[in-house]
Amino acid sequence: MRRTIVALTILCLALLLIGSAAVAQDKVKIGVSIPSATHGWTGGVNYWARVTQERLQATYPNLEIILVTAGSAAEQANTLEDLYAIHNIDALVILPFESDPLTDPVDMLKQQGVFITVVDRGLTRAGIEDIYVAGDNPGMGRVSAEYMVEALGGKGDIVILRGIPTVIDNQRFDAFMEVIAETEINVLDWQYAYWNRDDGFEVMQDFLARFPKIDAVWAQDDDIALGVIEAVKQAGREEELFIVGGAGMKEMIKRVMDGDRLIPVDVLYPPNMIATAMEVTALRYVSNAAILGHYILDATLVTPENAHLYYFPDSPF
Amino acid sequence: MNQEAATGWAKVKELGSRISWQDVGPLIAVFALMVLGTAINPTFLSMGNLTNVFTRSAFTGIIAIGATFVIGTGSIDLSVGSMAAFNSGVMIIFMNYLVQHWGATWATVTAAMALSLLLGAAGGLVNGLVITKGRIESFIVTLGTMGIFRSLVTYLANGGTLSLNLPVRGLYRPVYYGTFLKIPIPLIIFCLVAMVGAVLMYKTRFGRYVLAIGSSYHVAHYSAINVNRIRVLTYILQGICVAIATIIYVPRLGSASGTTGYGWELEAIAAVIIGGTAMKGGTAKILGTVAGAIIFSIIGNILNLSDAISQYLNGAVQGLIIIGAVLVQRTSKE
Repeated sequence: MRRTIVALTILCLALLLIGSAAVAQDKVKIGVSIPSATHGWTGGVNYWARVTQERLQATYPNLEIILVTAGSAAEQANTLEDLYAIHNIDALVILPFESDPLTDPVDMLKQQGVFITVVDRGLTRAGIEDIYVAGDNPGMGRVSAEYMVEALGGKGDIVILRGIPTVIDNQRFDAFMEVIAETEINVLDWQYAYWNRDDGFEVMQDFLARFPKIDAVWAQDDDIALGVIEAVKQAGREEELFIVGGAGMKEMIKRVMDGDRLIPVDVLYPPNMIATAMEVTALRYVSNAAILGHYILDATLVTPENAHLYYFPDSPF
Repeated sequence: MNQEAATGWAKVKELGSRISWQDVGPLIAVFALMVLGTAINPTFLSMGNLTNVFTRSAFTGIIAIGATFVIGTGSIDLSVGSMAAFNSGVMIIFMNYLVQHWGATWATVTAAMALSLLLGAAGGLVNGLVITKGRIESFIVTLGTMGIFRSLVTYLANGGTLSLNLPVRGLYRPVYYGTFLKIPIPLIIFCLVAMVGAVLMYKTRFGRYVLAIGSSYHVAHYSAINVNRIRVLTYILQGICVAIATIIYVPRLGSASGTTGYGWELEAIAAVIIGGTAMKGGTAKILGTVAGAIIFSIIGNILNLSDAISQYLNGAVQGLIIIGAVLVQRTSKE
């Protein structure tokens, strides 16, 4: 009996916690739906979404921003229903978990008259979103490759550590290979390192054991790059090669800023693109600026000269 | 029921006497994989590569030693990977805090190690108590704590990554990268944990009780074994193993995030089962578990050393080798 009561109390508390988010007021409501912070980059997205939420609400009293996170595509579809049914949102800013499963749920809101801003991952049907904000994935591959060609003088042996097998990863990789194909740069091998440090470390250890001479590493992502750095240090081969990561993690930007020989540059794929999307969406309700369209953010090459512009020590990423 | 229990006790006696010839099976599988690795790329046998492979197996290996006890009783612990991540996170935060008072000294590092062991034991105690006192399946309880520990580390890291203070890292680094008599320290710790595990399992009353519970819960209960106490103890032991793995993991990359230790629980459980321990409990092969962990590490290494196979098929090859390795050891018994 007592066990049942305790169990029921816990269940009720959990429900209360979820329910307390719903407060109705007479303002323009913008729902923001993002993946929960499960790794570095989405951690950055969460941080920037919160910072921007506070800034917008403080600056424009007529705006209410409702921020929800989801741990999976299915959960995100549910939060969309709640955003509309409970909060009655006027606009939605969404960074979809996956493109396919979220296309219909977003379209449903569109048909109810909700203004739609899609971030990073596009929906599979065109014409649903009013605004699209994204980083430049092929651009990331291209910019990285162009830097490598220049730094290596058009020839040398490199290894590549890829992310998780996805469309994004393929776009980066294909664009990189396209640039490399016209040069004498030889890709010794590539492996997936799943966008995390431990796999980056282990894959790089094996590459170092296998290849006596490596001129450069394209790690494609800053988390992978951090693992690669440790493996290279362990093998004592820091003088032999350099590493190009990507995303814009503060630790890596700091290294570039400090002129680290191992990390000469970084290529941006900024998590604060969520801030861009939220700000632009808010403009619709507070100004007469023309805002509809596609915004593709540059895959900027971060060098020691411009690194200070992209260094945010307060961000978790 | 009785017959089952009787064979269970017979097995216990047999195991108590000596490490039997059956334990050699997994070692044969390891040897076969090493031959395969060398055939694919002679670099495999280089001192540097072998050191990497064995050292990497230490994390899941140490955790798997603890898992051998939990699985020996017929239970399971799914929370170990998340617990390792949470433990790493707390260790890093604690050291970053202590360094302001004690500086980058061994006192700071030692205190963090002690905290890790304490946390591990406490985490195991919670798992064990909820399972036994709450009378809930271990699968469900540890599935729950797996999610809890994982979110806690994500919360502590604010969704990002926790990084260890640089001077402390410099000091702590040798615990992963250092060697003693040319043997990497993680490997020495792995061997010690395995030896202690073997003694506990085969030479103590605790070990015999673990296997008795795994053979038949009810018979063990009616034989006046305090079943709950032993089960809680296995979870505490598992937690301590996780803490030891964490202590050698943190100096490797000096960071912890939501992805730390992701999937370690499956690797640890697989290492135990590949090593010949039965999923339903009642038998336990410590040496087999060690071999199982090494097998896992070798497979990953072989895949990275070869470009004969499309990288897109890595998962499939991994699956085939695991099944093959178990087949090799099963047939070698006969």
